[in-house]
Amino acid sequence: MYAIEAKGLVKQFDGFRAVDGVDLNIPEGSIFGILGPNGAGKTTMLRTLLGIIDPDAGTRSLLGSDRPITQSRNVGYLPEERGLYQSMRAVDTIAFMGALRGLSLKEGAEKGRALLEEAGLGYAADRQIRQLSKGMAQTVQLMGTIVHDPKLIVLDEPFSGLDALNQAKLEKMIRAQAAKGVTVIFSTHVIAHAERLCERIAIIAKGKISFDGLVSEARDRLRPQVHLETETLDGPWRSALPAETKAEGHWWHFTLPETGVEPLLTALVEGKAGVKSLSIERPGLHDAFVAIAGEAVAAEMDDAHVGEAK
Amino acid sequence: MKEIIRAAFVIARRDFTAIIYSKAFIFFLLGPFFPVLVGFAAGNLGGQIAKDVSQPVVGIALAKEEAGKILSARESLSKTLGDSYFARMVVVGDPAADQKAPQSYLAKKSDNLSVVVTGTLQKPVITGTANAIKRERADIELLAGYAQSGSAMTLPRSAPDIVVESANNDKTLRTVTAQGGQFFIFFLTILLAGMVLSNLVEEKSNKIIEILAASIPMESVFLGKLFAMLGMALLGILVWTTVGLIGFAAIGPALPNFPTPAVGWPMFIGLCFTYFIMTYLMLGALFLGIGAMAATVREVQTISMPVTMAQLINFFFASYALTKTGEPIEKFAAIFPFSSPFAMIGRAALEPALWHHAVAIIGQIFFAILLLRLGVYLFKKNVMKSGSAGRAKDDGARRLFGFIKMPG
Repeated sequence: MYAIEAKGLVKQFDGFRAVDGVDLNIPEGSIFGILGPNGAGKTTMLRTLLGIIDPDAGTRSLLGSDRPITQSRNVGYLPEERGLYQSMRAVDTIAFMGALRGLSLKEGAEKGRALLEEAGLGYAADRQIRQLSKGMAQTVQLMGTIVHDPKLIVLDEPFSGLDALNQAKLEKMIRAQAAKGVTVIFSTHVIAHAERLCERIAIIAKGKISFDGLVSEARDRLRPQVHLETETLDGPWRSALPAETKAEGHWWHFTLPETGVEPLLTALVEGKAGVKSLSIERPGLHDAFVAIAGEAVAAEMDDAHVGEAK
Repeated sequence: MKEIIRAAFVIARRDFTAIIYSKAFIFFLLGPFFPVLVGFAAGNLGGQIAKDVSQPVVGIALAKEEAGKILSARESLSKTLGDSYFARMVVVGDPAADQKAPQSYLAKKSDNLSVVVTGTLQKPVITGTANAIKRERADIELLAGYAQSGSAMTLPRSAPDIVVESANNDKTLRTVTAQGGQFFIFFLTILLAGMVLSNLVEEKSNKIIEILAASIPMESVFLGKLFAMLGMALLGILVWTTVGLIGFAAIGPALPNFPTPAVGWPMFIGLCFTYFIMTYLMLGALFLGIGAMAATVREVQTISMPVTMAQLINFFFASYALTKTGEPIEKFAAIFPFSSPFAMIGRAALEPALWHHAVAIIGQIFFAILLLRLGVYLFKKNVMKSGSAGRAKDDGARRLFGFIKMPG
């Protein structure tokens, strides 16, 4: 059963295709990451999937309904552009957001207080949003996103603007929701978050899905990298190294041959390479992303990440 | 539909509470009192100045006995004609004793005389400027004649027989009522336009619109905002009416007497409120539609002027149409949705038939819904563009209100 299904989804603005023929299936109960650089079409895709905007072509289904707004009570959404009424109290904000999704204001306020207590912000429940720090306000909005116990939570760039401590809290919350069986989808351009949290990811670039599957599948698309240090620089063992091997003094870096580790080790030992050290490194999601989305997109993401870190 | 209404009330409740606790609402409530107070103050001040500055005084320089007679005649006739009918008269001297030329009395600035009467009651001489003589001559001759008769003239007392309407009253005078109704609707909607805009500015600046759009149908968002503003308007009307009634009780007799409208006062007042609500719903839906498409607060504020001017044109158009009852231009004013409420309240004052009001109100409701749906459509089509999708994809250009291409 899929929480979200999309087929041939297209959304364009002024002739520009922000979402360009997206096919996507997101299983229920998973933590699903949508990766892509700024401007890749992540937000537009999420908005289209949630029914905030209608697609120009293609079909979509949210929790089994092709009219996403009818599933509103089962969905929690944290948009990329955070927005709250500045003069509203924190607890009323959560209650209001719950009321939008079908809760009564009273029930929303009770749950809101409980959530704020849980997050260590009980003391700020009666403060106006304008009196809270940015991180606290963001936490209040997050509480408003989950106050009605949704089956599906969609978070657009949720880590943006949070310090390391709050990022860790958010990761914990996402795991807690997933443990309850809630489907969590989040978009990010920071690959590390997706690598830590997600079982499945989709990589989007220029409005198209380049990859949709398990994180391990993405990483398995690349062969492991071998880093070898030898005593000798030449000998019969050199024939066991692939042609594209990079040499740095006594160090050799190359992709593990398809024949595997054992034939390589045998060749090195029998060829008297004098192995001083040998490590086999499994590729990370970043490397997989580079391979899947292309060097240009990866470079763009790196720039964005560095910019954000500044 | 049930969910749309439920969600609309969630929005309406939030907006209504936020509005009535805002400083802007205090100014909204005080809004109508400013022109009334300024008008009242200016009227009083102007009246006082006019009274002080240009009140003509007639100087009497007759023999002592004749001067007494003319003053008695003024007092006697004033009881019938009113005290303000004749200019104030003061005895400035006795020519036999003073041996002065009449011009010398006029020269004395402190007396502020417009004319001086010398000679005798049989042959009075009036000295003054040509305009002053023209103004006072008939009154002085009347008083001199009455003073000579030596006894009070007996005037017959007429018996009043009051009717509610007359042929003259029917149409010409009811136009005044029609204009009053039109002005009432126009004034209220202009006041509200500012509040609708400030509400939109708030939505733009707090960026909450996306949460609303993701949670509930956009129809609910628009409808909820309209309900909230309508609630605020009705609360305002309640306050103004209460203050107005207190004011009426205090100065009621001094207020102008509006001729009874053709449909009767209760129906006319009911229609005034109905047409005000319809004008507000249409204008509000238009504001929300256009405002929601604006990308920035500045763009929202830019909308204010042309829409207000358009509303002003509507008002003048409907006022003009009042004088063209039954002609194509009046029919067009009644059919064209934005001028229809103004034109129809005019009709309510002038014509007793009610069926065309039912038709007009249904038409206006239909048009307001159409505007609302159009606003939702345009919002979905143009507004929710994220960063790069919403910005320049076309050589650094951007689009004002989603339509007008602007240099980046």
